[in-house]
Amino acid sequence: MDINILAVGREAAILQVVERLINSHEGWHATIATTEQEAINAFKAKPYTIVFVCAGFSAQEEENLRQRLTQLDAAVVVTRHFGGGSGLLENEILGILATK
Amino acid sequence: MTNTILHKANTRGHADHGWLNSFQSFSFAGYYNPQRVQFGVLRVLNDDRVEGGKGFGSHPHDNMEIISIPLEGSLVHQDNMGHKEVVSAGEIQVMSTGSGVFHSEYNNDPDKLVKFLQIWVYPNKLNVTPRYDQVRLDPHKEHNALQQLIYPYPGSTQAKPSNDGTWIYQDAWFHMGTFDAGRKIAYDLKKPGNGIYLFVIDGAFLYNGQRLDTRDGLGITGTDSIDLEAAEQGSRILIMDVPMKNNIQ
Repeated sequence: MDINILAVGREAAILQVVERLINSHEGWHATIATTEQEAINAFKAKPYTIVFVCAGFSAQEEENLRQRLTQLDAAVVVTRHFGGGSGLLENEILGILATK
Repeated sequence: MTNTILHKANTRGHADHGWLNSFQSFSFAGYYNPQRVQFGVLRVLNDDRVEGGKGFGSHPHDNMEIISIPLEGSLVHQDNMGHKEVVSAGEIQVMSTGSGVFHSEYNNDPDKLVKFLQIWVYPNKLNVTPRYDQVRLDPHKEHNALQQLIYPYPGSTQAKPSNDGTWIYQDAWFHMGTFDAGRKIAYDLKKPGNGIYLFVIDGAFLYNGQRLDTRDGLGITGTDSIDLEAAEQGSRILIMDVPMKNNIQ
């Protein structure tokens, strides 16, 4: 199954690693954004299954983004990504897909 | 009511990359078991062996408290905060990765295996300034006693001043001890609502008549104290006292 994943954070170097790791998995396609507005623009351009909120975004900013994106698509999973791509990223995606 | 969950050593995830042989108590990387994702805020407990001269090249981490405990040999760590350190058996290393850090970690010996525990704990503060710390343990404090390795950060409401071990951004306490056969150990949990995860490093222990062998893990919730007994001479245990729910600030 092909899925699109949007990763939003303020640490561009880490986001690039997250993007590379997601894209290395067959059928998983990553887009990265470093601001809330970039994320919303990307979200309006194509459908996403998962939005990962990464380092630099506060819990309140995460909640604001969740509210805005779920108004556009109630099925999207907006969740915190922990760890900076190393070790847990694939696990987090598999866990979310298992619940869908 | 007290609940327990037993993770026998031979049920852990396993990844053999040649240079890295990793046994994973919880889901990690390509090992995903929905029944074994975390124990409260304890997310990763990897029992790693790295071949001489090999290791993990530069890679990022963020928003995770990472504790490394070398059991044999030593690791050389380098990060973009300017640290280049060797951490050896008898020491512990802590990174609060917060807003993001890149680091590498290699076996410091060209020929001998390094064995270490890699433990990740979810933080209760996001995007903190990354921090590195390394502490030498006192072997005399660990014989027939529990030596504190980890405690909550100084700004926590749970914080108590301590010279034993180092701190992380979480209301968590780690202790380690090596015990003679038959020795009894009582441990009181440090915070209401916390759970406790026992990991047997060497030897064997008894908990409520249940035998825990080397590299077994046991999670316990719904209690404020536990009693253990060392079942073999030189049995070594790591006790992780962690919140079962994360209250992120």
